[in-house]
Amino acid sequence: MTITDDRADASAPELEIGKARARKEDQRLITGRTRWTDNIQLPGMLHLAMVRSPFAHARITSINTDEARQSPGVVGVVTGEDIKDGQGLVMTAWPLNNEQKSPDHLPVVIDHVACAGEIVAVVAARTAAEARDAAELVDVDYEELPAVLDLKEAVKDEVLAHPDLGTNTSAVWTLDSAAQGSGTDVEDEIAKAREDGIVLEREFRQQRLIPSFMEPRSTVCDPTGEQMTVWSSTQVPHILRFFVAATTGIPESKVRVIAPDVGGGFGGKLQTTPEEFATIAVARRLGKPCKYTETRSESLLSGHHGRDQWQKLTLSARKDGTVTGLKVELLADLGAYVGVVGGGTPVLGAWMFNSIYKFAAYHFTVRTLLTNKTWVDAYRGAGRPEATFAIERMMDELAAELGRDPLEVREQNWITHDEFPFTSVAGMTYDSGNYEAATAKATELFGYDELRDEQRRRRESNDPVQLGIGISTFTEMCGLAPSRILGALNYGAGGWESATIRMLATGKVEVITGTSPHGQGHITSWSQIVADRLGVPFEDVEVLHGDTQIASKGMDTYGSRSLVVGAEAVVRAADKVIEKAKPIAAHLLEASVDDIEFTAGRFGVKGTDKGLGMAEVALAAWTGHNLPDGIEPNIDGEATFDPDNFSFPHGTHLCAMEVDTETGATTMRKYVCVDDIGTIINPLIVEGQVHGGLVQGIAQALWEGAEYDDQGTLVTGSFVDYTLPTSADTISFVTDHTTSPSTYTTLGTKGVGEAGAIASTPAVVNAIVDAVRPLGVDDVVMPCTPERVWRAIQAGRAVSTEGERDAQPHFDEDTPNQDPGASSPGSAGSAGSSGTTSDGSQS
Amino acid sequence: MTRINVTVDGVSYSDEVEPRTLLVQYLRESLGKTGTVVGCDTSNCGACTVHLDGTSVKSCNVLAVQADGHEVTTIEGLATDGELHPVQQAFHECHALQCGYCTPGMIMQACDVLKHNPDPSEQEIREGLEGNLCRCTGYHNIVKAVQQAAGAMSSQAVSS
Repeated sequence: MTITDDRADASAPELEIGKARARKEDQRLITGRTRWTDNIQLPGMLHLAMVRSPFAHARITSINTDEARQSPGVVGVVTGEDIKDGQGLVMTAWPLNNEQKSPDHLPVVIDHVACAGEIVAVVAARTAAEARDAAELVDVDYEELPAVLDLKEAVKDEVLAHPDLGTNTSAVWTLDSAAQGSGTDVEDEIAKAREDGIVLEREFRQQRLIPSFMEPRSTVCDPTGEQMTVWSSTQVPHILRFFVAATTGIPESKVRVIAPDVGGGFGGKLQTTPEEFATIAVARRLGKPCKYTETRSESLLSGHHGRDQWQKLTLSARKDGTVTGLKVELLADLGAYVGVVGGGTPVLGAWMFNSIYKFAAYHFTVRTLLTNKTWVDAYRGAGRPEATFAIERMMDELAAELGRDPLEVREQNWITHDEFPFTSVAGMTYDSGNYEAATAKATELFGYDELRDEQRRRRESNDPVQLGIGISTFTEMCGLAPSRILGALNYGAGGWESATIRMLATGKVEVITGTSPHGQGHITSWSQIVADRLGVPFEDVEVLHGDTQIASKGMDTYGSRSLVVGAEAVVRAADKVIEKAKPIAAHLLEASVDDIEFTAGRFGVKGTDKGLGMAEVALAAWTGHNLPDGIEPNIDGEATFDPDNFSFPHGTHLCAMEVDTETGATTMRKYVCVDDIGTIINPLIVEGQVHGGLVQGIAQALWEGAEYDDQGTLVTGSFVDYTLPTSADTISFVTDHTTSPSTYTTLGTKGVGEAGAIASTPAVVNAIVDAVRPLGVDDVVMPCTPERVWRAIQAGRAVSTEGERDAQPHFDEDTPNQDPGASSPGSAGSAGSSGTTSDGSQS
Repeated sequence: MTRINVTVDGVSYSDEVEPRTLLVQYLRESLGKTGTVVGCDTSNCGACTVHLDGTSVKSCNVLAVQADGHEVTTIEGLATDGELHPVQQAFHECHALQCGYCTPGMIMQACDVLKHNPDPSEQEIREGLEGNLCRCTGYHNIVKAVQQAAGAMSSQAVSS
């Protein structure tokens, strides 16, 4: 397969693609002329407040709404029973298999509450304040039921999250390289390595995170027009429209969904929510426009969470460091319900644990489990950060076992640049990449050798502040997704994307995209792409999106798909415009269509200097006065693109962390990343995506974690306790790129939205562990707070002074969890070290 | 209800408000100043930052009645005669915003930082913006924008 780059030649005007254009989107956003959903005011609009369950698991025995109804300004109080016939259902789009257990997820519950924060009743009032006042007056009696809150407890099925299902297991899903013919048998490789090689067994915790988009979710529903119009702060207006129609009985043609300005998502708004369905149901029942805007506390409690896995890894290698087998056993917490892609999220990591390395054998199993906690679904990276974390931590562990430089061990095992296209042991075909080039650039920018020298000096001098270097040579699969693969995986929809280009009479261009941006800058990037493709000025391109009445077809924005799939549809729509314009241009130029060449916005006649601009042809098509016979007066183009494959961006991330061994405090000294995301459309936007992703990934490593108490109450339920990083916690980054274009798309793009978040977490944790490994530490449970780092150091010292450390710890099937850090939220330690004692911190 | 007289973005208003009304609610719900937004309920995020008599405040942390007799500037009143404020201009040029939700508060706070320290170091900028959360940018380009705005404002001051 060859790389296609048929953009205009070097003699053409300066190309827009590759230019660091400041964004078209910004003007309104920096002057406050924004259209957030909560800004919408409609005549006669009512405001909603939700009555939510404080209990994690309960039966509702009675609801008394009398007092609330009499409260000033209250128009209605609605319970689940009141709207049971038309409130719809919150659905999953991705059952992993036909046996998957998925409890019915009612927007407003009727008699059973499966997690704290579920909606029990909705109050509608003249003002938001009156609605909230009245919500306090709704009297609900609950009969509390035992709740299952811990993933490893849930496996036992002793307490059930949904007693009627009979089990907490939702689904079990396996990928086996031997069974599918993409590799050898992992048990054979492990057995061989136990005889004469290296076997590493580790268990890692992927803590629960909260996406924490800055704009709280908001929904306005106006049921008074011909169509019911829903504005919502969502990443997925098209998916919302489909599910509203599919589950409420309202014809799809009667539902219009608009995602106006949307303030971030990161997967957190890749959901159709109980709040959306409840707002629609109450608005229809009362026949009035209604608005619901959540508080931040409601957002943290009831918007879906991310990650939350236990990961058990077994890696086999030869004595020379060549990896041979990788076995992955995951427990994944779904929370109380299976979200829109909640069940499938861990499976998105199934092809990525083997990453860029040439394993002979691979086996992946995930057991998804229901618990009485907030539901879990996509969060930036969705399945792939979890996979990348595990494999990059394991490669460092392997290097430590071998006593070699972790970069050298990676290089020994990765796919070399001349081996592409390469079919991985998991069965994915990576089309292009160059891990050597990205790594060479990153190590130079980082000053890798100098920092290693400094690390050595600090170790030798017993400096209380040690230096650690963390490496993450990651890849990811982006561009969700080829529809036939989604079909084979039992996903409920396609993965295509749609675009229309409308050529206006004045020569201006309207691009309609099925993607739904919420900060990614599609308006600017799509304008650059279309400007080059049609040879029109960047300023003349308008991009329309996020309204199902305007962009009627779309699969929306998530999974680093918009540029790879959505912009490819835009390119193809532009090419259709050119093809439709050619016969009109030929006719006007009195030439044969075969002699028409389109270059840099001009239709020329070969061998002559005759030609017409795109705007002139657009005007001629609009007037229709002089067209060839049989040609319609319209040069608009429409295309739907279904990709053949995923794209595989990669990169090398290097992080230097200083660790104060006396206090456990960590400080980021330097962070360098070199990403290969294929062709770059707008370097300014790309860098912004990387920066933001980095900080989210770093935040998982250092600060963030959703914690529940033993009653099932979210104790990190506000921004006081769920600690997002601030500007004072973070540093400036060094970002750069190498480029090996994707071979599957015209533009050669690969996707960048999730790269930073996927790659950075293991780089940071590897750096911390690297700093304190000589003190006997081989893991710190995330988030690596000073307390956990300090405890890990104390535990490590205890081992090195009190007994022989087991170099190759193995899982003991009878012990539920060998990671001392996981047994209580405040402790940390070395995973799988059977020599570590729980009181090690006392020494 | 209590009567208040407030000047917001150069316009004087006289309104009856419930004493419990927060300044941000008054701005958004009574005056339609929806450029100022609410991002949290614990005064952590700073999205609602405005200037009260020229000093930055989180308007979720001020009652409307406390603004009685005072002057408020919001993001909507920052540009003059269609000319962007240097901080707004720098945010645009440095790509210091993505979704834009934190941006009004971030810009108002950045103005305050530069008012008190016209030539801040990177660390001083980072500490000055600590009370404003952004989830998109990782702060990298916000810091750059404030540095650029500081440069632009000092050369403006020199030339004027």
